[in-house]
Amino acid sequence: MSGRTLAPAAGAFSAISSSWNLVTGFFEWFGDLALFCWRVARATVTPPFEFRELFRQLDEVGSKSLPLVALAGGAIGVVLSLETRYSLTRFGAKSLLPAAIVFSVIHEIGPIITGLVVSGRVGAGIGAELASMKVTEQIDAIEASAVNPYKLLAATRILACTLMLPLLTLAADLCGLVMGWVALTLVEPISFHQFISNGFKGAGFNDFLPPTFKTAVFGVIIGLIACFQGMRTRGGAEGVGRAATSSVVLSSLFVILADVVLVKVIIIFFP
Amino acid sequence: MTTTDQLATKHQAAGEDGSAAAVAVEDLQKSFGSQKVLNGITLTVNRGETLAVLGRSGTGKSVLLKLIVGLQKPDSGSVRIHGRDIAGLSLDRLGEIRKKMGFLFQHAALYDSLTVEQNVAFPLEHHRKELSKSDRHHRVKELLAQVGMEGNLAKMPSDLSGGMQKRVGLARALALEPDILLLDEPTAGLDPISSGEIDDLVLQLQEQYRMASIVVTHDLHSAKTIADRLALLHKGNVAIEGTFDDLQNSDVECVKDFLRNS
Repeated sequence: MSGRTLAPAAGAFSAISSSWNLVTGFFEWFGDLALFCWRVARATVTPPFEFRELFRQLDEVGSKSLPLVALAGGAIGVVLSLETRYSLTRFGAKSLLPAAIVFSVIHEIGPIITGLVVSGRVGAGIGAELASMKVTEQIDAIEASAVNPYKLLAATRILACTLMLPLLTLAADLCGLVMGWVALTLVEPISFHQFISNGFKGAGFNDFLPPTFKTAVFGVIIGLIACFQGMRTRGGAEGVGRAATSSVVLSSLFVILADVVLVKVIIIFFP
Repeated sequence: MTTTDQLATKHQAAGEDGSAAAVAVEDLQKSFGSQKVLNGITLTVNRGETLAVLGRSGTGKSVLLKLIVGLQKPDSGSVRIHGRDIAGLSLDRLGEIRKKMGFLFQHAALYDSLTVEQNVAFPLEHHRKELSKSDRHHRVKELLAQVGMEGNLAKMPSDLSGGMQKRVGLARALALEPDILLLDEPTAGLDPISSGEIDDLVLQLQEQYRMASIVVTHDLHSAKTIADRLALLHKGNVAIEGTFDDLQNSDVECVKDFLRNS
């Protein structure tokens, strides 16, 4: 009898306890992230600067992501061209097709695709690399050599992501537009010059610069989350795997959430 | 022989002015969650002296080294390097102290994306910027020659055996000519011949540089060979500290147990 009454109480206690752990874990994660941001920010602005490592990371993040970003941008350009043509033809607005493609690509598709592709490739790479260094005590060895790991490892990678994302976005935009035009011209021949002049008719710098430079924020997010998850890893190979996965998942999620906020901010400040 | 009760008084006397001891650890406590690893450790090491810290696995020997170099923070107690308390120092100030310390990690912790030469050159590149590229190369070759690895400059750490990795780790630890050398299990996982070679190497470097050294090990033979004094950790405390003979003549049960099973 008493056993029957105790069982639900124990279950409820266990549920409350695990919920409590989840809540404290959530706040602990954000607290640790804030502390990490502070250390990285301080390391970034304090000399000496790690220029050689920064250039290595610019190559790692930029040049090596370029083919993937260009391919993704091009593929999205083709899909967008085919889908938009179909929709606009149905509504009798086919003449707006170049503008629809150009605006879609430079306003949203190019930046977000670049953000997601880089968070997949670079986020996983940074997360796994730093996690592996952490579990094999290489980060401790850097610190024991009187070198600040937040400066050498984190600041350089975050800066590289921040600087490279807008440039990669330009590449994705360009490939998207070229491939969008190719897909269109195969069905209905139109010169590239005409496609671009129709597409950019009425467009100003406000249509082009803010969406491109908002990807610098995506870069900060990807670099920060991947470095944070990598450098706080515990455990062996399993920990490395967990860090790589969580780097990709969290950075992609935060990139999408940041995009929601940034789109609204851009609409307000660059109408 | 010095028992646990006598240690605090002895170390207090030795470290009172803070100048004599290269490393002075006082009443150091460290827990991980509910597990108490160090429960009031007090130790001092002077310049030119080698202290071997012995103990079973999980007694906090490696944690003690990481606390000394500031990689972990103690719950209470103090770590003084050349009389200066490292608690609360900024990363930059701590860095200045760390430049005077060389640390050989248990698994060498070589940077796996760098060659042997780049690994040893790493501290020089960051802290001896006045050295030209050729001077740095020359210094790296010299350091690697000291540990018998001069022919392996271009190799990657993954191409080296455990013993070779430890030699390279030792060369890297010596790169900045430290006053204090911390060795975490230098002979762990090595065959008896390689262990003997590492012991000889540590002795030779000791004679050459006259550093204060702390060697964490559970290899009694190695400790006997390279250390002037030995300290045995048991349940988070220093069970005994003294010479090898002091340990052998001890009546303390955990010391007798350790010697019997070593």
